[in-house]
Amino acid sequence: MQHAVETQSLTRVFRPKKKREGKVVTALDSVDLRIDRGELFGILGPNGAGKTTILKILSTLLLPTSGKAYVAGFDVAKNLLEVRKRINMVSGGEISGYGLLTVRENLWMFSQFYGLKSKEAHQRIDVLLEKFGLRDKDKEKVRTLSTGQRQKMNVIRGFVTNPEIIFLDEPTLGLDVNAARTVREFVVDWIREDSSRTVLLTTHYMMEADELCNRIAIIDDGKILACDTPHNLKKLVRMNSTLTLSVGGLKDINDFSSIPGIDNFSSAKDAGGNETTLRFILEDESAVSDIVSTVLGKGSKILSLQKTEPTLEDVFIKLVGRGLE
Amino acid sequence: MSEGPLMRNLRTIRGRAYPRLIGSTREPSWFFFDVVLPLFTIAGYAYVYRFLEADAEFIGYVVLGGAMTAFWLNILWSMASQLYWEKEIGNLSLYLMAPTSRMSILGGMAVGGLVETTIQAAATVVVGVIAFDVIFSLGSPVTLLVVFVVTMIALYGMGMMFASLYLLLGREAYHLSSLMMEPVYFATGFYFPVRSLGRWAAAGASIIPITLGLDAMRQLIFPVGADDAFLSVNTEIAVLCVLCVVFMVLARYALRYMEHLGKTTGRLTLRWQ
Repeated sequence: MQHAVETQSLTRVFRPKKKREGKVVTALDSVDLRIDRGELFGILGPNGAGKTTILKILSTLLLPTSGKAYVAGFDVAKNLLEVRKRINMVSGGEISGYGLLTVRENLWMFSQFYGLKSKEAHQRIDVLLEKFGLRDKDKEKVRTLSTGQRQKMNVIRGFVTNPEIIFLDEPTLGLDVNAARTVREFVVDWIREDSSRTVLLTTHYMMEADELCNRIAIIDDGKILACDTPHNLKKLVRMNSTLTLSVGGLKDINDFSSIPGIDNFSSAKDAGGNETTLRFILEDESAVSDIVSTVLGKGSKILSLQKTEPTLEDVFIKLVGRGLE
Repeated sequence: MSEGPLMRNLRTIRGRAYPRLIGSTREPSWFFFDVVLPLFTIAGYAYVYRFLEADAEFIGYVVLGGAMTAFWLNILWSMASQLYWEKEIGNLSLYLMAPTSRMSILGGMAVGGLVETTIQAAATVVVGVIAFDVIFSLGSPVTLLVVFVVTMIALYGMGMMFASLYLLLGREAYHLSSLMMEPVYFATGFYFPVRSLGRWAAAGASIIPITLGLDAMRQLIFPVGADDAFLSVNTEIAVLCVLCVVFMVLARYALRYMEHLGKTTGRLTLRWQ
């Protein structure tokens, strides 16, 4: 069966205009992906990992430096029109459209670039506005919308052309909890309605990837580190224990990596910088006493200590050696 | 999902023209900024000609020239910088990703700008005619329409070419617009017959389609216009037709080059670059 998306040794290198202006950046390094039709596929990685670069190449906005990429069987570097007819893309934090136009007018305008008849476009707009709870906003100028409402409009813009394959680049970025849930529920329903539809989602929200995706590729520094179902990915750390500590007044994390029995660990400070969350993936549970001793030895206070089930975040820490946030 | 490429491109033109067309109805202040304010410049030149006791046609030249400046301003500040502005607000990548011709998107911008500006120019002519008692003597409305149409196609073709070039220049493009504004006012003879500059200077200025368009319109609208003409109307129509083809071809080439460069370097779909 033809894959919805396929990449073969996809590589993208960004070179500065002049040598003194910066260094050469390898955004993608021999990426191989195969995404089947009907899949909701996630690409999970930190900022700068190469997620958006993949989507830009697949959506014909960027050429690969080497390697191949196919969308619906068409080469993205050669069969641009065939690819473009079948895709759409939505980016989080997008501010596209014209503030002077109403929500409906903006959506209609973008639908015209895909050749939709006006009547058909308005029917689809009606359905989608209803689903996203924006029915009462359709005659309001876009410049009067809140950030969340505007992002919902952008999501509708991507789906109004009924693409075979949609690329969602951090679609819930900056949305409040309810708006993000609406988007996630819609995406799941949309792909369930038709098995030929495909969603390629990039995110750095672990929970979102875990909840939505059939399969996930974990990417860092332009390389795919693992690609499997969330369940199978978690198996990578199932043999390990996961320990989470909240620590007050921790000044450094220098000594933890030398403790025997720790596979990998991450640390994250809270907004105030007083509390640190340490997450350890343990090869040997006897390491717990050494961890506790080390924390106390630094004059820090243990606020909580918890042994947890492995999550995608643990998989990420194991593979990358640091947390996502 | 949709019909063939022709309908898709026609719908693209209609869709992209829409914001321009609807924009003027939602911002009524255009009448003050785009019709009333330019009248001060027109009035300035008109009173100079009156003081010098020049032929009445000269005041007509000024009103016509004043109305036509709206098109040049639209090209410089709206059409030429449009793609750069679209990039800044995040629309450009959506345009480039759509399964439609980029020329249709630019064409939609041009059609919207042309209609919007024609309304402004017509309002300027009407107010100018009433205010300064200008007398028109229109012998051949069809020829006048032909001159106007080919002038606009050539002019907006030039604007479409500028749109791609400005995108490559980035923020520097605004300086280019400033640089081209006043010299073009002078060289194209917005307020006086371009022949006064001498044959060679007028020939050089003819690269801006408004130069020949205005010269031909003056000949067709004012009784003594032919006396001040640079070239015959038929010759000017022929040259304008050549300019239409040249600018459209260059616009297409510039757009392709810009898109290829953008896809190679990755800079055109990133904001602030």
